[in-house]
Amino acid sequence: MDIDLITNILYAMVRTGTPLLIVALGELICEKSGVLNLGQEGMMLMGAVIGFIATLTTGSLVLGFALAMLSGVLMSLIFGLITQELFANQVATGLALTIFGTGLSAFIGAGFVGKPVQGLDPIFIPVLTDLPLIGRMLFGQDLLVYLSFVIFGGVYWFINHSRAGLMLKAVGENPDSAHAIGLPVFRIRYLAIIFGGAMAGLAGGYLSLAYTPLWVENMSSGRGWIALALVVFASWKAERVLLGAWLFGLMSILHLVFQGLGVAISPNLLAILPYLATIVVLVMLSRDKLNNRLVAPVSLGRPFYAKS
Amino acid sequence: MIKLEPRGERSKAMAYASPVFAFLLTVLTGVILFSSLGINPWHALVTLFYTPISDVYGLTELAVKATPILICAIGLSVVFKAQIWNIGAEGQLLMGALTGGVVALQLIDAEGFWVLPLVMISGVLGGMLWSGIAAFLKVHFNSNEILTTIMMNYIALNILLWGVHGPLKDPQGFNFPESAMFGDSALMPILIEGTRVHFGLALALLAVVAIWVLMSHSFIGFQIRVIGMDHGAARLSGFKGKHLTYLTMLISGGLAGLAGISEVAGPIGQLIPSVSPGYGYAAIIVAFLGRLNPFGIVLATFLMGLLYMGGEMAQIELGLPLALTNLFQGMLLFYLLACDVFINFRLRWSGPRKPASALRTEG
Repeated sequence: MDIDLITNILYAMVRTGTPLLIVALGELICEKSGVLNLGQEGMMLMGAVIGFIATLTTGSLVLGFALAMLSGVLMSLIFGLITQELFANQVATGLALTIFGTGLSAFIGAGFVGKPVQGLDPIFIPVLTDLPLIGRMLFGQDLLVYLSFVIFGGVYWFINHSRAGLMLKAVGENPDSAHAIGLPVFRIRYLAIIFGGAMAGLAGGYLSLAYTPLWVENMSSGRGWIALALVVFASWKAERVLLGAWLFGLMSILHLVFQGLGVAISPNLLAILPYLATIVVLVMLSRDKLNNRLVAPVSLGRPFYAKS
Repeated sequence: MIKLEPRGERSKAMAYASPVFAFLLTVLTGVILFSSLGINPWHALVTLFYTPISDVYGLTELAVKATPILICAIGLSVVFKAQIWNIGAEGQLLMGALTGGVVALQLIDAEGFWVLPLVMISGVLGGMLWSGIAAFLKVHFNSNEILTTIMMNYIALNILLWGVHGPLKDPQGFNFPESAMFGDSALMPILIEGTRVHFGLALALLAVVAIWVLMSHSFIGFQIRVIGMDHGAARLSGFKGKHLTYLTMLISGGLAGLAGISEVAGPIGQLIPSVSPGYGYAAIIVAFLGRLNPFGIVLATFLMGLLYMGGEMAQIELGLPLALTNLFQGMLLFYLLACDVFINFRLRWSGPRKPASALRTEG
């Protein structure tokens, strides 16, 4: 393998990891508030299809990404309504959100399959792009990748250094106590759910407007689920989410590596790798029961009913 | 102000009424959707729910569609009762189709009564292998079964795709990604002459009865129900949670495998990339819609099968995307979950807001 190939692999790794990073950061915030939303896949697909149609019909990428986020938010509000107002089981509701989103996106997008759209172009940052190895990876990407760095920084700061982040964690760890000291548990959880929806929608938009600028049914192909595993893998820490997302990005582009090494393996078998890797890391990380209980938000997945 | 108030006790009546309400709300939303698309809603509903079964052949086709869904859903009812979230029926179905299909392809020229049972058993074992892995990971490594089973769905699909694009491809198949047709001895006998209703339907009904006996009339079924209701109580009673995890996962995986092999050795007759249009996911909805009750599941299965046929009919007659089926499936599950709140809560009119409840109503 020569330098050029490694540079390209690093570039593709970050590019492929970006949608995972964005969804997983959204889900991280959501789970920190104690809400487990398994509907990432459905929200991503809605973001992907709406963003794509908006850009295709208006020509505006900005509008496309904005509407992608909005559709993610609307989807997450359905989830919020059913789980927060009606106390429905979060696992089942999230699953319903994914099934619904898969169906609705395919329904809406049926007439748009295979149409081309001008996707997001890379922005080369002068001088830095030409750095060896990491130049392309960190400074030769498109705007959304840079934005994902910003979102990561924001989420990291929010969770670890902000007062609001502390409130979020309090609600996720013990909603009853948070409620007792006067924190608006429902409002905080709604905001967390909405942020998760916005990020999932944005990540979906990234898929259909930048990563592969076209719409195909089911195009997120399990990324929403992988992102959920990523949050577990990251032990609910933002910096590990970043690492994990890029690692999974690498898993998804291993075919490039194998091509570089001159190894011929069926693309269908290589496609298994990210899913297999997800299982492997889940197994490695969940083995320790006590540790799991220590790192996961205590009230994760449990409905909160204010008794007073 | 309308407020939700805990009932204190589960309402049985509401538990049974909820799926009906969910269906009615789905239809109502459908009417709004069709109207907004400029389609006569009455015509659309007739196309969806009546035209497909308006003749005898349609009814038999419904039985064909219902077969794999029913087998999967009845298996899922067992594992869901134990509060284990096996979302992997789709992958277990595909694995059953694949392993059974591989055996059938080896025995393509074989003749004899033993061929089909062997093929079927291989299919069941394939499904059990797939769910067994998830059970193993859950029991010994504490891995979340939702995520592992979902991942294994994608893995199973890709293995199947690899198979039909590679080693299992029919050499005389003009390079289509399909296996050769199975030999006659490996194909399911037809139950009703002149239709596609096959032996799988009988197996499905048998499975329903067997699971009903298991769950309602056996100590194991009792243990499964207890562990689902209260894990702590079950442990105190000395029930072996790990064994039950394996058992329920293997039952649901084995049945999903049976559904898969029944499809490829039944109406399909060969291995193809699209063995299942999401039957494994539909079965999850069916299991919930049928309240994890065998008879409820039979009813819900026919509704779901009808939804698949109606979707195809709507595509032909109304030019609507086939995804209409998935859309309605998602709506059904949403409305069901929303209606289910009234099993444990009741609506109550309350006076002006009291300060104590301000937080709840504002949030």
